[in-house]
Amino acid sequence: MDVNGRDLELIGALSGGLALQANPFAALGQSIGMDEAEVLARLQDLRDRGVIRRLGVIVRHHELGYRANAMVVWDIPDEKVSEIGKILGAAPEVTLCYRRPRRLPDWPYNLFTMIHGRDRLSVERALAAMAEREGVAHYPRHVLFSLRRFKQCGARYGRAMAAE
Amino acid sequence: MMDPLDRRLLDEFQRDLPLVSRPYLAMGEQLGISEDEVILRLERLRLAGSVARVGAVVRPHAAGASTLAAMAVPPVRLDEVAALVSAYPQVNHNYQREHRLNLWFVVAAGSQSEVAAVLDGIARQSGLAVLDLPMLEDFHIDLGFGLSWT
Repeated sequence: MDVNGRDLELIGALSGGLALQANPFAALGQSIGMDEAEVLARLQDLRDRGVIRRLGVIVRHHELGYRANAMVVWDIPDEKVSEIGKILGAAPEVTLCYRRPRRLPDWPYNLFTMIHGRDRLSVERALAAMAEREGVAHYPRHVLFSLRRFKQCGARYGRAMAAE
Repeated sequence: MMDPLDRRLLDEFQRDLPLVSRPYLAMGEQLGISEDEVILRLERLRLAGSVARVGAVVRPHAAGASTLAAMAVPPVRLDEVAALVSAYPQVNHNYQREHRLNLWFVVAAGSQSEVAAVLDGIARQSGLAVLDLPMLEDFHIDLGFGLSWT
């Protein structure tokens, strides 16, 4: 999938968020010398191609009362991990689902899922119910709740970063 | 405090922001309020912290490189090392978690080499090992975060 230099500039300019003013796409374009029509056309194309997964209001779980944030990691046999990953990635409880490498002996887990909930108990219940329902309860897993959030902001990709 | 219109703003516009010249006008039409009111409400929700931004979630690695990193930091050094990690502009999430590996952060940058340089810098400055756990496969279909107002 090709993402060209102008697309990257646009994604970079957008990473700080869209201005809260009447013509935000025109303002966005102005910062990188792109007219509004081109901004809209490129964003539509990036969205159609799945480079931009979603475009809209990005909420903060914690501030909305979803205080419990659990990284649930699984040790799934390599030949099963893609299949299980697709199943858990589609589960409504899961907000992220990635396969990552094991780092033995420190780290045996190869599938990462994120579950948010109002409190620990609701996350633990949701996890147990999901594991049963999806047939993955027998795989070794570990739950890493977050204790403190030191930093959270959007990723800053693209060329705009170079100027910061 | 949030009222029903705030909730609809948060629920109905996590995807599919109208790609038109005046998106907040289009949102207002759907909600039955003015463009100005949409903007004021979004500004208020942003200041309150419940809205991070109106913007894009980009597919990982489509426009750069990123990784998840973990460190086992001696508890007495946690504040110091966490601050050192957060100070990098390429770090966008940084959490303490319940595990021997107690500091977890995401590094995102324009290139793989820049990500590697950040990890090296953190290891050198802290004198601690940094576990690099790059994404190998992405299974999630991001539909936004389903909010239940109970």
